[in-house]
Amino acid sequence: MASPLRSILAVAGLGLLLSSPLAGAGNLLPEIPKAKARVSATQGCVEPTEVMRHNHMKFLLHHRKEALREGVRTKKYSLMECINCHVPDPDSPQAVHYGNPKHFCSSCHTYAAVRIDCFECHRDTPLPSSRKSTSASGVTAPVTLASGVDAHALKKASSPAEEN
Amino acid sequence: MTDQNRFEEARRRFLKGAAGAATLAIAPGVILHQVARARPASQPASSENRWGMLIDTTKCSSGCDACVRGCQEYNGWGDNEVHSDAAQKAHWIRKVEVRNRQTGYTHSLPVMCQHCKYPPCVDVCPTGASMKRDDGIVLVDKHICIGCRYCMMACPYKARSFVHEELHDQLPTAPRGKGTVEACTLCVQRVDKDGPEAVPACAEACAAEGHNAILFGDMNDPNSKLSKALEKYGGTQIREDLGLDLGVRYLGI
Repeated sequence: MASPLRSILAVAGLGLLLSSPLAGAGNLLPEIPKAKARVSATQGCVEPTEVMRHNHMKFLLHHRKEALREGVRTKKYSLMECINCHVPDPDSPQAVHYGNPKHFCSSCHTYAAVRIDCFECHRDTPLPSSRKSTSASGVTAPVTLASGVDAHALKKASSPAEEN
Repeated sequence: MTDQNRFEEARRRFLKGAAGAATLAIAPGVILHQVARARPASQPASSENRWGMLIDTTKCSSGCDACVRGCQEYNGWGDNEVHSDAAQKAHWIRKVEVRNRQTGYTHSLPVMCQHCKYPPCVDVCPTGASMKRDDGIVLVDKHICIGCRYCMMACPYKARSFVHEELHDQLPTAPRGKGTVEACTLCVQRVDKDGPEAVPACAEACAAEGHNAILFGDMNDPNSKLSKALEKYGGTQIREDLGLDLGVRYLGI
């Protein structure tokens, strides 16, 4: 007797649940920065977006083994290329480091509570355009974000050293 | 006596035949090898190559550290470790001054990872992080390095160093970070890109300084400049008695 009513209520409740974060509080979902380029007119990244969202870590894991241990230097799944396309030039006012929610990788990892240690060793920004032309130098001053927040402090806070 | 001669002749003929067969066998290999010169990015490193260097210490001047600075600049080490003391700091390549106590003769040479054919660092590594690529380049897979530093103990050349502090803004081509061991990579990114035409940063800096003491090349290719130089001048391995078959050879030590 009550089952149709219950199901209607359930559907309505579900609808409320689903709509509330989407409609009322869009800022709960990660704001993923746009990439600098598209692979093609129909496809944004090297794989369809959904595939990348689910599997980027697998691609990176596979590629790191190939690149380091075998010397296969294809660019398709290279972390360096991800960074080059998804993270702004450190010379630009939009410069961000990992740990800042505006950093492409951080934007989702913060939301999904995923801790990675890629950037303990890997560079989290492209090489500044000013340094690409000259010889690459390892000597750098601490980078300060546009907002005046020390990027390194953010990076430190978000990614502790011991995790492997 | 004639029997002896006949035996000799037969032996020679046999050897000649064997040499001919070897040349034939090598010929396609050589052609393949020449195709592989500019190895495409998708092709893995191959044991057809064995990268190495010959360092002519007679051309190496004692006050000069251009190779060290060249390596630092290209691989981004040295200046960004602000908390480490001199003994803790990275030394992918270092200049060593050697003096013969008897004669007082001194000379200077750069020492880096010698890229052994039988690397002790690989033998002792508990995780497999210390590794040798098929083309003879000895590397640390920092993804699985646990920082135990056994390899540093095992290396007879003090080639490896340990990163003691957090680093930032590393170079894209040379990832390095706290808690992992590192050493000369023979500028592996350049080798992967340019093959036999690659010039490691140390050799490049040495040439820019006008010394031209460091020659990089393929020890497996008999026609490479390196092989020709080794054939002509020989070349000494440091602690040859250890039988590690080094990829880095020296002249004048």
